[in-house]
Amino acid sequence: MILELKNITMQFGGITAIDDLNFGVKTGEIYGLIGPNGAGKTTLFNIVTGNYTQTKGTVVFNHEELSGVKPNEIVLRGIARTFQNIRLFKSMSVLENVLIGFHHQANYTYFESILRLPRHFSNEKKIKKEAMILLEKFGIADLADTNSSSLSYGNQRKVEIARALATNPRLLLLDEPAAGMNPSETEDLSNIIKKIKTEFGLTILLIEHDMKFVNQMCDKVLVLDYGEQIFEGKPSDAIVDEKVVAAYLGDFEHA
Amino acid sequence: MDISTFVQQMINGISLGSMYALIAIGYTLVYGVLRLINFAHGDIMMVGAFVAYLAQNAGIPFELAVILAIIAAMVTGILTDKIAYKPLRNAPKISLLITAIGISFFLENLFNVLFGGVPRAFSAPDYLTKIIHYDGIIVPVTVIIIPVVTLILLFIILWILNKTKYGMAIRSLAFDIPTVKLMGINADIIIMLVFAIGSALAAIGGIFYAVSYPSIDPLMGVIVGLKAFAAAVLGGIGSVAGAVIGGFILGFTEIVVVAFMPDLGGYKDAFAFIFLILVLLFKPTGIMGQDLDRSRF
Amino acid sequence: MKIIKLLMLSVAILFLIFAQNNLDPYTVSILNNIAIFGILALSYNLINGVAGQFSLEPNGFVAIGAYVTALLILPASSKIDMFALEDPAPIILAMHTSFLPALLMSGIVAAVLAFILSIPVFRVRGDYLAIVTLGFGFIIRIFAMNQTKYTNGAMGLNDIPDNANLLWTGGIIIVTFIVMLNVIYSKYGRAMKAVRDDEDAATAMGINTFWIKTYAFMTSAFFEGVGGGLMASLLTTISPDQFTFLLTFQLLIIIVLGGLGSMSGTLIGAVLVMGGTEWLRFLDQNMDIFGYNTGAHPGLRMVVFSILLIIMMLFARRGIFGNKELTDMFKRGKK
Repeated sequence: MILELKNITMQFGGITAIDDLNFGVKTGEIYGLIGPNGAGKTTLFNIVTGNYTQTKGTVVFNHEELSGVKPNEIVLRGIARTFQNIRLFKSMSVLENVLIGFHHQANYTYFESILRLPRHFSNEKKIKKEAMILLEKFGIADLADTNSSSLSYGNQRKVEIARALATNPRLLLLDEPAAGMNPSETEDLSNIIKKIKTEFGLTILLIEHDMKFVNQMCDKVLVLDYGEQIFEGKPSDAIVDEKVVAAYLGDFEHA
Repeated sequence: MDISTFVQQMINGISLGSMYALIAIGYTLVYGVLRLINFAHGDIMMVGAFVAYLAQNAGIPFELAVILAIIAAMVTGILTDKIAYKPLRNAPKISLLITAIGISFFLENLFNVLFGGVPRAFSAPDYLTKIIHYDGIIVPVTVIIIPVVTLILLFIILWILNKTKYGMAIRSLAFDIPTVKLMGINADIIIMLVFAIGSALAAIGGIFYAVSYPSIDPLMGVIVGLKAFAAAVLGGIGSVAGAVIGGFILGFTEIVVVAFMPDLGGYKDAFAFIFLILVLLFKPTGIMGQDLDRSRF
Repeated sequence: MKIIKLLMLSVAILFLIFAQNNLDPYTVSILNNIAIFGILALSYNLINGVAGQFSLEPNGFVAIGAYVTALLILPASSKIDMFALEDPAPIILAMHTSFLPALLMSGIVAAVLAFILSIPVFRVRGDYLAIVTLGFGFIIRIFAMNQTKYTNGAMGLNDIPDNANLLWTGGIIIVTFIVMLNVIYSKYGRAMKAVRDDEDAATAMGINTFWIKTYAFMTSAFFEGVGGGLMASLLTTISPDQFTFLLTFQLLIIIVLGGLGSMSGTLIGAVLVMGGTEWLRFLDQNMDIFGYNTGAHPGLRMVVFSILLIIMMLFARRGIFGNKELTDMFKRGKK
């Protein structure tokens, strides 16, 4: 188990967003979190990344407890994420966005960069090279100098994932990676995710609504409804599970 | 220090605290709804005080002058929002803060050009300037009137916020509850209302200030505004009750420290700042505060 | 590229030497003014424009820098003569250095204070930096007024040795410019821009946003302290009332006009605003309009400048250069 969540409960004010949740993600797995809107999936992400502090329970990553570890430190321990509504650094180029992910791999101090000492140059050269290699893997190396806000939606998503990979994670959290994409973009994306997963030895935890995508990608899924776990198992079993179907139907009725 | 001096200082503290509270409410309401430090708020207080002064000079009786001052401040507040803030609602936060500073500086210098920087004596009717002697306690009558009026205004504000449709909409905007649209209320009207209420209270606070000290100048709103903002943060920004509590704590501290430690008199204006730093260090949400700045994912 | 840079640098230095020796004192004083405001605005733009943290600190740090340098370069004898309200504290009499270490000390003291302010301010989100730094400017003034045995109170300091000249101010603005660009084009500068664009996303990249903001703030403070020291030596007399919010406001106009986040723009902004301030001087004085004397209006210039600032923000938020540098434009041009 690379990630274990034990008895996680999250309350906002009086509202329980997540209720006593237990699950674990095995190393090398692609694990899907699904469920109707407002089921608590993104909240769960925010707990794992340290943006929220759970009311109760523990998160264990790589045999270490994450309680009290700050979000930026959690990244250094090997958990990277993307956001539901792509959040690139809009004033920066694609390359710069990815270089931000390499921040900690460039090994020079503030004074070394002010005085432009050799380590500044050698490290900048190193991470720029690595960033370009990463962009090539995503097939967007030619866009390196383009401003990130002028990219197509699909390419923005790629940059966001590349940027997350730049932090050298062991666990990658993807929040609705296929949202807003057309079928061919989705196809392209799932191939890339599978490719990088093997290449970087990643474990992936993803939130997704597109059941076809989930079916195709995930080894295992967890279905959440109103903060409670209603199913855990193979994706193909999930879609025929009574509770799951009921939860989704309920969601459609409300919507 | 004998008991009567003590009581006298307490009363002064309540009075000063009331003034800070009135001005702090405006900061807290605007911050709650727009997440913006309205740097011009202290200057709107100055505008209120100046209009009251000018109206009286023109022969208008004090009571009417006060009403004119309140209206002028409300108009200034609403116009500030319409001209300088509203067009930037979707712009980066820093743009809004810069225009806020621009408006503040504009008002200060405009009044400086029009009326000069020299402080002007502010006159008020006799019933406000009387001195009360009671059992060794000597206080101007204003220090009694100010807290009473403040209390009445506070009840009105709380009634508006808690019992009226618009008031509830203000609160829901402040806590980011997405009910505003559902209730069919235009957010622009709510924001206008917030500026109107805040500016009216600032004008009253400014007039109280002018009567107490009794002089006004174009820069009078700067330091008072800064202190009132510190009071709002101390109480918990976004909370009206917090603004009042913060105002009182600050008012008391200033009066008490100066009364008991006269050596620190020169640093009186620094207390608000020290409070601000301490609150940010130990309890950034303030006394009554909700975590308005929690990032939303 | 390197050759062009070296060429520009040598031209700048030659110009400084020429100007110092050949131009009339009035022109030199305007150039000095531009250089000092340029130094201050460049550093101010780092925290405001590059890191996107709206701050109103310059007047406070400039005041500190001015006092530190003044007290360090004034000889003990003139301190004894000058301190009228209270005798100078022993440490004030004891401290004495030459000009360059004094300037460095000014920068260091300002940077240390910036660090102390960072701790409460950058741990919280929101716009508290603006209000805390605004308050800081007032506090510094209150202390300068009251700590008479260190500052001579409201009387201020006079007869400060006039070590500074155009070579100093011009030399330091060049250094400041280079340092700022070196910061911007490093992983730290990138991280500052990331914090400006989206703080949560920067955190999700493993960036410690507290330290990135603190670096930006301390660097700004350092050069504002140095600029304050230069100012003290140029003016030879300083007092608490000199470092009001007006100073910060002028710098804000400069960086907004030049472009928040653009150092090249800041230099142009400094020339335009300082030149404009001179040119608009007539606004504050008596004017005859169609035979009607308007009388003197001190502050009218600032009314004009505040309207300009608001209009800029409303209609031309990106300023002259946006957040790009001159060199970026060359790059774009080459493609």
